[in-house]
Amino acid sequence: MRDVAVVGFAQRQMPEFDGSPTCVEMLVPLLAECYEQTGWTRRDIGFWCSGSSDYLAGRSFSFVSAVDAIGVIPPVNESHVEMDLAWAMYEAWLKIQTGEVDTALVYAFGKSSAGVLRRTLGLQLEPYTMTPLWPDTVSLAGLQARAGIDAGVWDETAMAEVANRSLTDAEKNDWSIRKGGSSVEELLAKPMYADPLRKHDCSPVTDGAAAIVLAADDKARDVRDKPAWISGLSHYIDPMGMGTRDLTRSPSAERAAAAVDLNGVEVAELHAPFSHQELILRRELGLADDVRINPSGGALTSNPMFSGGGIRIGEVATRIWSGEVAKGVGHATSGPALQQNLLCTLVSTPEGASN
Amino acid sequence: MTRTLSAPVTVAFDYTRSTGPVLGRFLTGLRDGVVVGGRTSEGKVVVPPLEFDPVTHEATTDFVEVAPTGTVTSWTWVPEPVKDQPFDRPFAFALVLLDGADVPILHALDVSSPDEVSTGMRVQARWAAERIGAITDLVFEPLSASGPTGVEAIGDNPVSGVIVPVSLDYLYAASPEESAFYRGLNEGRIVGQRCPTCQKVYVPPRSACPSDGTPTAEEVEVSQTGTITTFCIVNVPFLGQKITPPYVSAYVLLDGADIAILHLILGVEAAEVRMGMRVKAVWKPETEWTYSLENIDHFEPTGDPDADYETYRNHL
Repeated sequence: MRDVAVVGFAQRQMPEFDGSPTCVEMLVPLLAECYEQTGWTRRDIGFWCSGSSDYLAGRSFSFVSAVDAIGVIPPVNESHVEMDLAWAMYEAWLKIQTGEVDTALVYAFGKSSAGVLRRTLGLQLEPYTMTPLWPDTVSLAGLQARAGIDAGVWDETAMAEVANRSLTDAEKNDWSIRKGGSSVEELLAKPMYADPLRKHDCSPVTDGAAAIVLAADDKARDVRDKPAWISGLSHYIDPMGMGTRDLTRSPSAERAAAAVDLNGVEVAELHAPFSHQELILRRELGLADDVRINPSGGALTSNPMFSGGGIRIGEVATRIWSGEVAKGVGHATSGPALQQNLLCTLVSTPEGASN
Repeated sequence: MTRTLSAPVTVAFDYTRSTGPVLGRFLTGLRDGVVVGGRTSEGKVVVPPLEFDPVTHEATTDFVEVAPTGTVTSWTWVPEPVKDQPFDRPFAFALVLLDGADVPILHALDVSSPDEVSTGMRVQARWAAERIGAITDLVFEPLSASGPTGVEAIGDNPVSGVIVPVSLDYLYAASPEESAFYRGLNEGRIVGQRCPTCQKVYVPPRSACPSDGTPTAEEVEVSQTGTITTFCIVNVPFLGQKITPPYVSAYVLLDGADIAILHLILGVEAAEVRMGMRVKAVWKPETEWTYSLENIDHFEPTGDPDADYETYRNHL
């Protein structure tokens, strides 16, 4: 295995982007930030991979238009996933492991506000028995939240505690679009929205984009004193159906956690778009009480579609670069009610890094 | 003036899917007023049936009829229904464990307030009068004293396909550069942008030069006269065609631009259109102008001598 590190990260998050859903306008300055952080030009990037969906953009081939942001003469080595940035990063990590390239820049973008996001996401469901009912994202999360409340696995107070901590931490994150902690009592006094969920239990619709730069071995050491070395990367999937799995658990997150070494993790950025999902993830990852959860404010306060997961990895990497922590884990989810889970552990020293 | 132009767009497509034998059996049952589950190798009855067994991976062949009554195992309130959901007024989505099944099914529950639904409540299927073999052939409602009303089977041929219409509504925004292009067209001008790195002029303008990724900023008005670089004669009719064939679609390289635009050529026999032919924009009456390339009705020959090949050979 080659030692591969996250050496660059840039992000944009906003409630409503008033430009084209191809997001070239947002991506050009993001890529420029990555070049500035690494000292590279686009010709130093060995591999590109993007994450986006035409269903979100409302047009065909939006990812092809987005390639304008790179500039493709001479031609570039490029790929695309209809998944979050974290999965684009996984593909790039594999590409570097093959030895074909030493560096990669991955980016992802989405203008969630162009359509009705919670409805558009119905298109990722089983098309015979689910999509025709148009179960929206909030409803599916509500069914999961209720299952946990009824089973006594968590309660509304625990959910409000997650929301309050997230909103408080978000005050220090310029990119969070919802912020301002109060108290658990105050949050619980707010009206129900999609019973059992209050609005603060659901991530806000967020437009945005993000980019991550990967480099292998000495290429990474050239860029940063403390590159954020990827010591583990794992991804597992549960069945899509809502009836055939225990909604209070996440077997795929548990398996992903078992496939990486979480010992000594100081910070965890968990991609939990709904408050109760953080509670599920904390349990499945077996995180100790002293692990700092979502210091960025997390996806509950800002969740740009297609980059909300990768941003978690970027946030952890930033804390490794600065020396704030020596080990952390970034998590990304996809699909209904935590169906898919990806974990990426990052460490400040590559020694002993294994997969 | 807003920074960008935007307009509503609806993207719609009817997805036609074959069902296969397992989901076909389930949907045939719904059409005929019965709920069919599948038994797994572990003996569990799953509704809708799984196509393949989660343990042995064998195709499901053991089908079991379950009751149209059941118990709510989880529910959520839907305060603001979205388009095409089973109800256009607030309702509940629920997981319903049907009597005779071992895992619950996701479906809609017709209640008018969250106070009328609770975990553990008993519910029954309410069948649609017109059933087509789709998951929408039924909804659930609180169990009545008389129980669910049965319905008669509709057909004797099994359901083998479904049509799932998908229609998505967007507010589609143009980029600032595209917005300048469309605003120009609304004033009878054709506006492009020049890349500061390679000096190429793009029409329509893009947010970045696709060759080198540089943001384009300098606005350039280009000529309304240009050269046909390539063309095709359309003889085949297709859905949504606005012009009767045969007609000519051509790439027109406007003087001052480096990228050709695709447009219609009229005022000349199709057989006479050729590479290098000089053409000019013919605009619709100004009263019909809007933020659209359709403000230019078509291009027609100027009558000037053909352009020298060298003038457009790098733009093919």
